Amino acid sequence: MSSLVEVNGLTKYFPVQKSSLEAVLSRKREFVRAVDAISFAIERGGIFGLVGESGSGKTTTGRLLLRLIEPTSGEIRFHGDNIGEFSPQSLRQFRRRAQMIFQDPTAALSPRMRIGPAIKHGLDIHQVGSDPERKKETLRMFERVGLSPAEAFYDKYPHQLSGGQRQRVVIGRAMILEPEFVVADEPVAMVDVSIRAQILDLMLSLKKELGLTYAFITHDLATANYFCDRIAIMYLGKIVEVGPREDVFKSPRHPYTVALMSSIPVPDPKHKLQRLIPRGEIPSPINPPSGCRFHPRCLHAQAVCSQREPQLEEDALGHQVACFFPRV
Amino acid sequence: MPPLLSVQELVVQYSTLRGEVKAVNDVSFSLETAATLGLVGESACGKSTLGFSILRIVPPPGRILGGKIELQGVDLINLPLEEMRRIRGSQVSMIFQDPMTSLNPLLRIRDHFIELFQTHEPSIKKEEAVARTVRLFDALGIAEDRIGDYPHQFSGGMRQRVMIGLALALEPRLVIADEPTTSLDVIVEAQVLELLKLLREKRRLTLILITHNIGIVAEMTDLVAVMYAGQIVEIGPTGDIFEDPLHPYTKGLLESAPNVLHPEQSMRPIPGIPPDLASPPTGCKFHPRCPRAFKPCPLREPTPMAQGRRLVACHLYD
Repeated sequence: MSSLVEVNGLTKYFPVQKSSLEAVLSRKREFVRAVDAISFAIERGGIFGLVGESGSGKTTTGRLLLRLIEPTSGEIRFHGDNIGEFSPQSLRQFRRRAQMIFQDPTAALSPRMRIGPAIKHGLDIHQVGSDPERKKETLRMFERVGLSPAEAFYDKYPHQLSGGQRQRVVIGRAMILEPEFVVADEPVAMVDVSIRAQILDLMLSLKKELGLTYAFITHDLATANYFCDRIAIMYLGKIVEVGPREDVFKSPRHPYTVALMSSIPVPDPKHKLQRLIPRGEIPSPINPPSGCRFHPRCLHAQAVCSQREPQLEEDALGHQVACFFPRV
Repeated sequence: MPPLLSVQELVVQYSTLRGEVKAVNDVSFSLETAATLGLVGESACGKSTLGFSILRIVPPPGRILGGKIELQGVDLINLPLEEMRRIRGSQVSMIFQDPMTSLNPLLRIRDHFIELFQTHEPSIKKEEAVARTVRLFDALGIAEDRIGDYPHQFSGGMRQRVMIGLALALEPRLVIADEPTTSLDVIVEAQVLELLKLLREKRRLTLILITHNIGIVAEMTDLVAVMYAGQIVEIGPTGDIFEDPLHPYTKGLLESAPNVLHPEQSMRPIPGIPPDLASPPTGCKFHPRCPRAFKPCPLREPTPMAQGRRLVACHLYD
């Protein structure tokens, strides 16, 4: 296996902030179990989709992958090396090779920094080449991300650009150090539909040029289906199903995945909806349900589902599902 | 009989530092009772402003510059403000996009409803207002014992149910829903859409659904109006428009929509970006992005022409 990233038993609990009075009155400390003992691997050159609703733990997982936050337990290996044990020097190297594209380009860019220097910043920090060389490299990046003519854009401020153009700047900034691995957290969620595909296609062409590996975080299954080659479905801090994109979409096996798919509006008035909407909403990750976390909402739940936690089991095609009664 | 709603040559303008922006520019359409119209387009195409102008709640510096809006034959634009207030909520109401900022965090859910009932019917007893609220909760699928909760105790989906309840409480004829499910996760979105369908049927509601989600338009509407740069470029029955979109922008918009069942046929980008309305392009406002633009497009603005059951504003059909 040529995995670029391997994740084993990754867990992140956040302590719940309480008022000081509550803290005095109750000894018990509570935790949000954002990510709870998940394992997966991302192949070199792959596009791995982390898909889930709000509160599923997908964004926390993305931040852990880049060591922007420290895990509670578990490990992440990059090229086989545990990123939690990196020396400051190797961490600096890792920061060059692994980058992030954020969801909100307006928040991700400093309003007071011109976009040329913003993209060039990474080169400055890592002291790549001389200053004129860095500027030249930055101008080339402008053209690559479709902000052309580069010279005309270089001195602009973020507010002078449209939302789609700003997201191109954020992508350019992530790509300027020619990383191997990029975590993209909802990169098109705030962009209009007609522009969305432009941005995704840009990310695909950059992947080809630079030989990138992507982790793609999204709540939007349709976008994941367009963009990813492997997909993990997350629910309340757990991965419930993971497999090749086509398998997961054509024959989803976990009842939650089935519910998710049947909920999406289809842009075809002749499409006959067959909705299997689960009851209620995603429960609190502070006290997640026992056993399978989906069981209180599941249309197929039986006694065992509340007693034991199902583990991910793999079929011959590499399609894994964590359910006692998966769809066949 | 006149249609329930008739909008004619409506112009809404925002005065900004960069100049006058016509967010709604000469829009006309009408709507029959119990029909659902989908108002689609990208950000800043004017679809929300059009919705706001029907209730006369265009936020400043925007104002209605001209045109006519008739609800059941009554001209809303020239109505005295007092009368307009009575009509809001009881004749026409709005479901807003963001339930968190639309509910008062200091008021219990119950009190939002009581205030609404008492404003429109000052003689109503508090008990009666509460009883009506309880009945409404039942229709909305909210447990009765949550009536005394505050908005922050409700999840996003439950808050949106409350917003729907507030919009329907006085049994208006026309409801305008502005991106009612945009801030919700897909499963909750499906739950809310199913609730809207149920209530629409039970109450014979006329609905204007403002959305950028082409999937929701296909699922929910009978009619579609496609807006671009403040204008309706194509309007007609939903089935016809999806079957055979006539305006190149409509075609582009439908093809750019994500389709989870057929990813290979979806998400084709439209080149370029929407125009800056402070300095819009000449002629047809879509021509700089249009794959089929020809001679007259940059020169003359196309007028809406009938094509079967549709109206299309495009020189291809002159």
